[in-house]
Amino acid sequence: MDIRDKIIKILHEDARTTDAQIAIMLDIEEDEARKIRKELENSDIIKKYSVVIDSEKLDEQPVFAFIDCKVTPTKGVGYDDIAKKIYKFPEVHSLFLVSGVCDLRVVVKGKTMQDVAFFVAEKLAREEGILSVQSSFLLRTYKSDGNLIFEEPKDERLQVSP
Amino acid sequence: MKPINPFIQNMPQSGIRKFFDIVSTMEGVISLGVGEPDFVTPWPMISSAIDSMEMGKTSYTSNLGLLSLRQEISKYLVKHIGVEYNPDNEILITVGVSEAMDLLMRALICPGDEIIVLEPSYVSYKPTIEMAGGVSVVLPCYEKDGFLPDLEEMRKLITSKTKAILLNFPSNPTGCVLNKEINQKIYDLCEEKDLYIISDEIYDRLTYDKEHESILQIKGAFDRTILLNGFSKAFAMTGWRVGYACGRGDIIKSMMKIHQYTMLCAPISGQYCALEALRNCISLSDEMVEEYRQRRNLIVKGFNDIGLKCHKPQGAFYVFPSVKDFGLTSEEFCKQLLYEAKVATVPGNAFGECGEGYIRCSYATSKKKIIKAIDKIGEFVSKAK
Repeated sequence: MDIRDKIIKILHEDARTTDAQIAIMLDIEEDEARKIRKELENSDIIKKYSVVIDSEKLDEQPVFAFIDCKVTPTKGVGYDDIAKKIYKFPEVHSLFLVSGVCDLRVVVKGKTMQDVAFFVAEKLAREEGILSVQSSFLLRTYKSDGNLIFEEPKDERLQVSP
Repeated sequence: MKPINPFIQNMPQSGIRKFFDIVSTMEGVISLGVGEPDFVTPWPMISSAIDSMEMGKTSYTSNLGLLSLRQEISKYLVKHIGVEYNPDNEILITVGVSEAMDLLMRALICPGDEIIVLEPSYVSYKPTIEMAGGVSVVLPCYEKDGFLPDLEEMRKLITSKTKAILLNFPSNPTGCVLNKEINQKIYDLCEEKDLYIISDEIYDRLTYDKEHESILQIKGAFDRTILLNGFSKAFAMTGWRVGYACGRGDIIKSMMKIHQYTMLCAPISGQYCALEALRNCISLSDEMVEEYRQRRNLIVKGFNDIGLKCHKPQGAFYVFPSVKDFGLTSEEFCKQLLYEAKVATVPGNAFGECGEGYIRCSYATSKKKIIKAIDKIGEFVSKAK
C-alpha cells in the first residue's frame, strides 16, 4: 500500500485525523502529509469529509427505503439521462447502477414512511423511462460504509495480560 | 492432610496478575496493559473453522497436528526465513507457544541444567524452566544497549551446566529486535560452548522497519536451534491456542511424547483456522501489522513529547518507556497512574529486576484510545515531575 492509500485509509477511519498525526503515523513530514491530502481533495478523490450517524439514536429518526427500478436506457447515453433526472430529487439519498434484475437502486430518505411512499408513487414511478419499482424499507443498519453501526464490538479481553 | 507441592506453592505470583486484580475492580480504565491483539480473528479464518465443524471435523488430530497445517508451516518458513523443516517429523503443532515452551523445557532439561534467560523477559519463561527442573540464569539487558544482550556478559554466565540460551525477538516487553551481526555472535558462542538455542519468535511478523531476522538464518543454526512460533499475535488468534515448534527430529520426537500424554493434540478447529491463515490470509495479517506500525509511531512520539522517555521499538506491540525521572518505582508509578489517570500499564519489574524503572505499554488498542491515554498520562506526569 503506498503512502497515498494509507492516508485515504486513515482519513476514511477518522476524517478528523490531523496532518500532524498522519505524519507521525506514517513517518513522513507534516508538509508531505498536507500536500498529499490537498492533492486528494483537489483531484476529487476525497469528495468531502462526512460523518457516520447512527440514526436509531436520533430523536427524530429518518426513514430510508431501497427502491429497485427497472428502466429503459436512452439511446446513445444509456442509463445516465434517467439517472440524472432521479438524483436531482432531494429525497434521493444515493443512487447506484447495478447488475441483476433491476437497473437502478435508489436509496430514498424521508421523515415518515408516508413521505417515502408518496415520493415513490407520485414522483419516481411516474418518471419517463421507469418501467417498474420495487420498494424495501430499511429496518436496521448493521454496517454502513465499512463502519459497524448497530452494535459496537465490546473489548472483552483481559484488561491486563502478559 | 499431606501438603501439596511446596515448590509450586512457593512460586511467586506474576507481577502482571497483581495488576490485573486491581484493574479488574475499576471502571472506565483505558488499558495499555493488554498483551494480545485488539483485532478479532479475521472472518475468513473464523468461517473456515466453522466450515470444518460443519463438516464434522471435530475429532482428535495426529499428535503432531494436521499434516496439511504442518506442510503449510514448512512452506511458510521456507519463504520467510529460508529454512526448511520436514513436515513429517520436524514440526509439532502445540496449544500455543506456551505449551511448546513447556514441552521443550521438559524434553531438554536434565535436573539442574541451566538456561540463560535475557531480561526483561516474558513472565512465564523462568517458571517454565524451573517447573521442568532447570535453573534459570538471568542475563540483564539494558536500555543503553537497546535492550540487546551483551555477549561478553553472556559468556561469563555459561557454566558446565548451561544447556541453552533462550531468545525472544521481537521482544515482549521491550519490542527490540535482533540483527544478523548479533545473531551470528550468539550462534558462534553457542557453537563454541555446545549450547542449544531456543528462539521464541511469536512476534516475527510484527516487525516494522525491516524484515524479521531469525537466528535460524545463520548457517549451521538449524541443528542446535528450536524455533517456537504460533498464530496468536500476527493473526489475532490468541484464544484459539495454536502454536508450533520446529527443530531436529529427535527433539521434536521427545516433545511429542510429552504432548501425546498430556495434551494429545491442539484443538482441531483452531488448526483449521490457522491453515486458512497461512493459505489465504497473509494480506489480512499485513493490514494489522501496518496498523500496529502507525500506532507505534503515534505512541512513541506522544510519550516523548510528554516527557516519558521512550525508544522506538522495531517489533511486537509494546513500548517500554523509562519512568526513572519521577522518583517512583515502576509499581508505584503504575499504581498512581491507574488510580489518578485511569490508565493501566504494567510495571517493568514484572519482567525481571532490570525492568525496574520502566513500564510496559501495549499499543494493541485503537488509535483513539492511544491518543486519549497519552493525554491522560501527560497530565499525570506533568503533576508528578
